[in-house]
Formats: sequence, C-alpha cells, structure tokens
Amino acid sequence: MVIGLSHYLAVAAILFTIGVFGIFVNRKNVIIILMCVELILLAVNINFVAFSTHMADAAGNNPMAGQVFALFILTVAAAEAAVGLAILVVYFRNRGNIAVENIDLMKG
Amino acid sequence: MLQTISLFAPQLVLAFFASQLLSTGAFAKKDISVGIRYFAVGVLVLYAFIGFILGQPTGEAFKGALIVDSYSHYMNLFLGLSAAAALMFSKSFFQTEKLDRFEFSVLVLYCTLGMSIMVSANTLLALYIGIEMQSLALYVMAAFNRDSLRASESGLKYFVLGALSSGLLLYGASLIYGFTGSLEFARIAEVISTGGATPGIIAGMVFLLCGLAFKISAAPFHMWTPDVYEGSPTPVTGFFAAAPKFAAMALIARLLVGPFGDITTQWQQVIIVLAVLSMFVGAIGALTQTNIKRLMAYSSIANMGYALVALSAGTQAGVKGMLIFMSIYTITVIGIFACILQMRIRNGMVEQISDLAGLSKTNRGLAIVLTIFMFSVMGIPPLLGFFGKFFAFVPAMEAGLTWLVVLALVASVIGAFYYLRLVKIMWGDENENEFVEAPKTLRGLAVISALLVFPLLLLPMVSIPAQSLISQAAASLF
Repeated sequence: MVIGLSHYLAVAAILFTIGVFGIFVNRKNVIIILMCVELILLAVNINFVAFSTHMADAAGNNPMAGQVFALFILTVAAAEAAVGLAILVVYFRNRGNIAVENIDLMKG
Repeated sequence: MLQTISLFAPQLVLAFFASQLLSTGAFAKKDISVGIRYFAVGVLVLYAFIGFILGQPTGEAFKGALIVDSYSHYMNLFLGLSAAAALMFSKSFFQTEKLDRFEFSVLVLYCTLGMSIMVSANTLLALYIGIEMQSLALYVMAAFNRDSLRASESGLKYFVLGALSSGLLLYGASLIYGFTGSLEFARIAEVISTGGATPGIIAGMVFLLCGLAFKISAAPFHMWTPDVYEGSPTPVTGFFAAAPKFAAMALIARLLVGPFGDITTQWQQVIIVLAVLSMFVGAIGALTQTNIKRLMAYSSIANMGYALVALSAGTQAGVKGMLIFMSIYTITVIGIFACILQMRIRNGMVEQISDLAGLSKTNRGLAIVLTIFMFSVMGIPPLLGFFGKFFAFVPAMEAGLTWLVVLALVASVIGAFYYLRLVKIMWGDENENEFVEAPKTLRGLAVISALLVFPLLLLPMVSIPAQSLISQAAASLF
C-alpha cells in the first residue's frame, strides 16, 4: 500500500477531532485542554506539510509556502503556550486548583 | 525604497515605538507608567493619521503579504483613534485600582499592531500572524488584574476558546492552501474563478469563517463573550468591545469579497446563519441580565449580527454599510464604556444595572449622555445609530434578502426593550446611591462621543466627506 496524501489528511483530521473533543468533553484539568490545543495546531501542521510535499508542480502553485506556514505555526504555538501557562499560573494562585469544573464563577 | 517604507509606515511606527516603550519601561528606575501612557496615545494617533500624512500610498508590501489601499487607510485611522480612546479611559481606572503598570500601554500598542496587520492582510499567513498578535495581547489584557479571581478566570476562558478558534481558522487555511496551491488572496481568487468551488475549498472557507466568527463573537461562537466581558477590568472590556471587533469584521469583509468573491452564494448562507443567530441570541440573552458589562456583551453579539446582515449582501454597498455601521457602533461603545467607568461609589466600582437608579437626579449630565447612547444603539432617528442600521439594512434589502431585514428589525425591537429598561431605571426609579465625581478624561470622552453621535457626525459638512471616505474604502476592495 502506498501512503498517499489522503492518509496524511485522514490522520490530521482524526487528530484535529480528538483535539476539539478533548477541549469540550474533558472535565478534569486545564492542562489537558492546553495539550488539546497543541494537538489541534500539530494536526494543522501535518496538513500543511502533507499538502506542500504532494503539491503538483504547476505554475502558480507554491509548495514552499506550506512549510513556511508550518514553521510559523510552531513559533506562534510556543508563544501561545507561554501566555496560556502564565495565565494558568495566575489563575492557580487565586483559586488554589485548576479543575475545569471549578471555572464557573461567572455564568448566565 | 522610500516608496516601500511609506507603504508599511503604520506598522513600522507601532512596532518601533512599542519595542522602544517596552525597553524604556523595563529599564526605568522609577515608575513611569503615566508618561508611557501619554506617549503611547501619541503613537496611536500618529499611527492613525500617518497613512493620510504620507498621501495615502497604495500598493503591496513585503512581497505581497500586506496590501495597502483606501480600505486599510480608513481602518488604520479608526483603529488607532479608538485604541487611543480606550487607553485614555483606562487611566483613571487603573490609577484608583492601583494597577497602573506601563505594560498595559505596550500591550495596547502590540494589539493594535496585530489589528493593523489583520486589516491589510493579503495572504493567509499574514492573516494568521495578525490575528495571533492581536489575540495574544488581548489574553494578557483580560487577565491584567492578576490578583482578581474573576479577571484571571476570564483570561483563562478567553485563552482556551481563542486558541480553539485559531485552530479552526488554521485548519481552514490549510485546506484552502491544499486545494488552491497558494496562500495569496489574489491567487486563491484566480483558482476559484477558473476551477470553481471544490468541496475542499468550501470546507476550508467554512472553517476559516468559524474561526473568525469566534473573534467577532457571532453566535453560535459567542459563549466566551459574556464571561470575558464581565470578568475583565472594565477599561479592557471597553477596548475589547471596540477596536478588535471592528478589525476582525474588516478582515472578514476583505476575505469574503477578495479570495471568495466568486462564490458569494456559498458563503452567503454561512453569513446569514451567523447573522440571524447572533441577532436573536444577543437580543434575547440580554433581557435577563443584571450586570451592565454582561448586558453590553449581549448587545455586542446582537450588533455583530446587524453588521453581518450588511455583509451578507456581498456587494460594494454592503461593505460600505458594514463600515458605516461598525464605525458608529465603535464610537457609541467607547462612549458607553466611558459612562460605565464613571459608575464608582465610595467603596469602589459598581456594575449592576440597578446601581443606575435615580441617576437623573444625582448626576443629570451622565444620565443625559447615557440616554443619548442608549437611543442611538436602539436606532432611534435622528441619532446616528439610526443611520448605522439604515445603511446596514438597505444593501441586504437590495440584494433580495428582505426576510433577513425583517428578522433584523424584529431583533432590534426586542433589543430596544432592555435599552429602554436602562433608560427607565435612570429616569424613573428612586435614587439608591450617589457616584463619586468622575475624572475629567472620562467625562470628556463620554461627552465627545455623545456629541459625535448627535449632532456632529450628522452635520452635512462632516457627514459628506466621511461618507465619501468610506465609499472610497469600500470601493478599493472590489
């Protein structure tokens, strides 16, 4: 069996779905939500790199752009994780725990 | 060389001075947050006008990553001024709450830099970088009051849902890249117009729009808005409600008529669903609210719906209507938050609607100003808000979406109820508490916005040039 573009896309779609469901279904820990966010971003990276390597060599197509985009996503994901963890630390100092079900001060 | 620099001068100004101010603040021996705030306001005003000072250059910068046209000039003008106003009204709040740190001004500058990249994005990469730059600054600003549980909770919620929305947006971007072979808007439009819309492109477009709908808090992606608005420090909420919403809306307009200009019938359905849901969720959700910041959150959801009604026409008049509506909404919202920030009794800020009771007797000026804003967002002529809704709904009508306009009017009527309730509480109810005297900046900002709403922007010598500026901006997208 030859591993083609559709296989990569299927893996990326599965990872993406796991990530999105993880954010909504998970009721335990905010750290798991952060991991799910990373999972989503990495699924997108697989998409970009797969599209980039399988792109037809036609005029107007830009195979390099996808790989550059993937590198940018990695960089921004690092910045985003830093900001997210910083906010989480601030929250932990105020609340004393990071259970998802306790994040319900405001409702309605 | 000079020609190229003049194209991205607005971004250059912001990036240069933001970094300068950050290092100045970090190395300063004593607290210089007041000086940095005024300097940052100056930088924002310079940023707002620099495109016009340089004679409105047009073209593409950074090898086509950014596009500079009348549209981006108009947006830069508006975003810069509204960010400057938000920075001004944060002054007294942060000083009395003993939160005055220079980082806030720097964050506003970086956030505005992100927004300016958003409004002149010409590739999917620039779009993503702009959105992330803006969002990362906004997450930190939401949790800026780090000793408050509410603020940190709202920051956390905003972060999680914002990150999810970036993920959706990126997934859409990757699909569009894969099925068109390029990240550039012009090339995407070309591929779509020759090859038609394949399912992959449609799926990518829908994901992209869902991600952006999070940013403008259109229903059904609105669940973060009330919590974040309530928990964040009030001036930050005021900032959230004004500039970033407008920037994201402008980005959506550029995306819809640019790369997806040839598949109007496909995206129209998505936009109409978002518009109808937002209008009704906003109007009905606000009915039971008791906190004025939460009320404003639902009000902003409803107003995003009205702006989407204008966009759903997919015509030049539609984009123009969206620009007019959002400009008026931004001015009004800045004024309303300048009023909310004046709701301070001796023990601190109050934010319940019932705290406004009897305001007409204790502080008549504030009551009059707030009443003007309420009637304006309701859309009562001859206030400016009426013309905002008029210009937003007429293009949809012309595009044959009469039923959508009827729904929008029904939602406006439902929405009028809670604005009127606010007016009734201010003028009819018995006095409960007296607010301490507000600082001059807040009163000034509220009065200026009120004067803009009625009658300054209605005068022919102001409204005709403003309209031609907006028409020019809308025309440059087509």
